[in-house]
Amino acid sequence: MWDTIFPYLLSGVSVGGQYALIAIGYTMVYGILRLINFAHGDVFMVAGIIMVYLAASGLPLWLCIPLVLLITVAVGFLIERAAYKPLRSAPRMSVMISAIGVSYTLQNLVLYITGGLNKQYPTIPWISETMAIGAAKTKVVTVITPFLVIALVVALVLLINKTKIGMAMRAVSKDFETSQLMGIKINNVISATFIIGSFLAGVGSILFFTNYPTVIQTSGAMPGLKAFVAAVFGGIGSIPGAVIGAFIIGIMENIIKGLDVILFKLGIIAQPVGLATFSDAFTFALLIIILIVKPTGLFGEKVTDKV
Amino acid sequence: MNQKKSKVPMIVTLFLIAAIYIAVFIAEQTLPSTSMLFTVLKKGAVYALVAVSMNLLNGFTGIFSLGQAGFMLVGAYVYGIFTIPVAQRAAVYQYFDGGIVQFTVPLVVAMILSGLAAAFFAFLIGLPVLRLKSDYLAIATLGFAEIIRAIFQWNGLGPVTNGSNMLRGFPNFNDFNITDGNGNVTVYLSTLIPFIIAGVCILLIVLLINSSYGRALKAIRDDEVAAEAMGINLAHHKRLAFCISSFFAGVGGAMLAMYQTTVQAKSFTSAMTYEILLIVVIGGIGSVTGSVFSSFLFVACSEWWLRFLDEKQLIGDFEVPLLRTGFRMVVFSVIIMIVVLFFRRGIMGDKELPDLLSRRAAKKGRAVK
Repeated sequence: MWDTIFPYLLSGVSVGGQYALIAIGYTMVYGILRLINFAHGDVFMVAGIIMVYLAASGLPLWLCIPLVLLITVAVGFLIERAAYKPLRSAPRMSVMISAIGVSYTLQNLVLYITGGLNKQYPTIPWISETMAIGAAKTKVVTVITPFLVIALVVALVLLINKTKIGMAMRAVSKDFETSQLMGIKINNVISATFIIGSFLAGVGSILFFTNYPTVIQTSGAMPGLKAFVAAVFGGIGSIPGAVIGAFIIGIMENIIKGLDVILFKLGIIAQPVGLATFSDAFTFALLIIILIVKPTGLFGEKVTDKV
Repeated sequence: MNQKKSKVPMIVTLFLIAAIYIAVFIAEQTLPSTSMLFTVLKKGAVYALVAVSMNLLNGFTGIFSLGQAGFMLVGAYVYGIFTIPVAQRAAVYQYFDGGIVQFTVPLVVAMILSGLAAAFFAFLIGLPVLRLKSDYLAIATLGFAEIIRAIFQWNGLGPVTNGSNMLRGFPNFNDFNITDGNGNVTVYLSTLIPFIIAGVCILLIVLLINSSYGRALKAIRDDEVAAEAMGINLAHHKRLAFCISSFFAGVGGAMLAMYQTTVQAKSFTSAMTYEILLIVVIGGIGSVTGSVFSSFLFVACSEWWLRFLDEKQLIGDFEVPLLRTGFRMVVFSVIIMIVVLFFRRGIMGDKELPDLLSRRAAKKGRAVK
C-alpha cells in the first residue's frame, strides 16, 4: 500500500513546492493591490521560455540561471509599470481586465516567438539526475524542492518582518491610503512586491520545467490558476497560508492522478475508471468549497466591507 | 426632461438593422460562398450573442462571471448529442457502441434544450457561487467552467458525451441552404439564419434589460446595498440574471458547434472566456450595441483584416521585418491592451445606438434654432 502511494506523494510534495513559489506572488500582490494578477502564471511560463532561448544561445548554464531570474524580475517589474500603474485609481475590475489582457499578450508574444511549438527545456545537471528513495525512483529536483521552498519562505518572512521595505509592505497591505499619507512611496513598495513575486516564479519555473521539460505558450495557465487557488485556500494575503495551501493542493492532485492505480492495486475497483480526468477539476472544487465554508481561507484575516 | 423622448432614433435604428439583414441576404446570393466575409459574419454573429449574454451579467448586473466557456460547452454538447443523425451515431460514438441516446429532436428544440441545460447548470452553480463577491466570484465561476470541462471529458460519461473524443455530423450552418434535387444550392441562407437566431436572442436580452427586471439589475450593479434597501430581492435577481445569461450562452454554444461543425470539450478553455470578456470590454461594458460591434470587429481583425501580418510582405524589394505566423496576434493583443489601458470606456461606453443617433438629432435641432 505504502509503496503504491509513496511515488505519488513524493511528486505531490515537489509540485506543491513549485506551486507554492508561484502562489506567494499571487498572495503578495493580492495583499497589497487587491488584484488577481492573472498574468502571473504567464510570467512563470515566460521564465521557462527565456531559459530555453538562453541555453540555446550557447551561454553556460551557471550563467543562464541568474540571467533568467534577472530577466524574469525585469518582466514582472515592467508589467506592473506598464499595465497596472496607469490604472491605480480605476475600479478594481479594470485592473483585473488589464491583467487578463497582459496574460493574453504574453501568450501571443510567446506563440509568435516559438511558432507555437513545444520547446524542450534544457537539462540542468545534478538536479535532473535520477536518484532512488526506497523503492521509488525520482529526480533530485523532487527532493530538493521542498527544502528550497522552505528556505526561501523563511528568508521572505524575515524580509517582511525585519526590514524597512517589509514594514512598508505590511503597512500598505493594511491601509493603502493612510500609508501613503505617512510618507511611504507606494509605487516603490508595489514594484518591490512584483519583483519578489517574479523572482520566486522564476525559481519555481526552473524547478517545475526540470520535472516537466516542455514549454509552450499555455504552460503557465494551469499552474498559475492552481497556485492562485492555493493562495485563496491558505487565506489570501498570508504567505505561510499560501505555502501550506500549495502543498496540500499539489499532493491531493497527484494522488487523484494516481487514484485509479492505487484503488486498483488495493482491490477496491476492478478496472480503471478514468478518475485522473478530475485532477484539475478537484482543485477548483476545493476552491469553491473553501470559498463557501471559510471564505477567508485557512489563515486569512477577516475583512469587513464598509458601506 | 419632461419632454417625451423622440421616437425617431429608435425608428432609424430599426431601419439600419433591417438594412443590415437585407444586405447580408443579398451579399450571400451574389458573392462566392467561400468568401472570408461570410466566415467573419457567421463567427461574428455567434460571438455577438455570447458577448451580449456576458454583458448582461458583467455590464448590467455587475456580476463579474468568468464561466462563459463552461456554459457554452454545455450548450454545444447538448445540441450535438440531440441532433447527430441516428445513422451516424455508430461512427461518432465508435468507442462507446454508438452511445445511449438513439433519437434526434428537431433543431430548434435542440437549441432551446441547449439553453435550458446551460441555465440549469447555472442554477446549480449559482446556489453557492452567487453569494460571493467580485473577484472571488470571478475565480469561482472560472473554476466551475473547468469542472464542467472535466466532467464532459470523463470517459465514464462516454456513452452520452463521447468522452474526450469529438462530436461531429450534426446539422451545421451550411445545412440551412436551400438546395434543389441535384444538391445545387438555390438560396443561400447559411449566414442569414445565424444572424436571425442571434438577432432574436439579442432582442430578447434587450427587452429584458429595458423591463422593470432590467432596471432592478442595473440598480444592483450601481449599489447593492441601496438596491436591497429599495426592496429589490438581491438573491432572486442575481440568480435570474445568471440563469438567463447562461441560457443565451448555451444557445451561443450550440451556434458555435454549428459554426465549427465539430465539438470537443478541450477547446472550451478559460482562454475562450477571456476572449469574450475582452470583446465586451472593447465594445463598452454595459452597451449591447458595443458588444455586437466589437464582436464583428474582433472576429474580422483576428480572422481576416490582420491576416497579412502573418505572411511575408514586400514593399518594392524591401521585405518588411517581423512578419511571420503569429505576428497578427501580437499586434492584436497590443491593440487590446491600448484599449484596456487608455480607452477604458470602449467603443460605446454605456451608450446604445439610438442614444448616439438622438444626440446627433438634438445637436441638429439646436443648430436650426
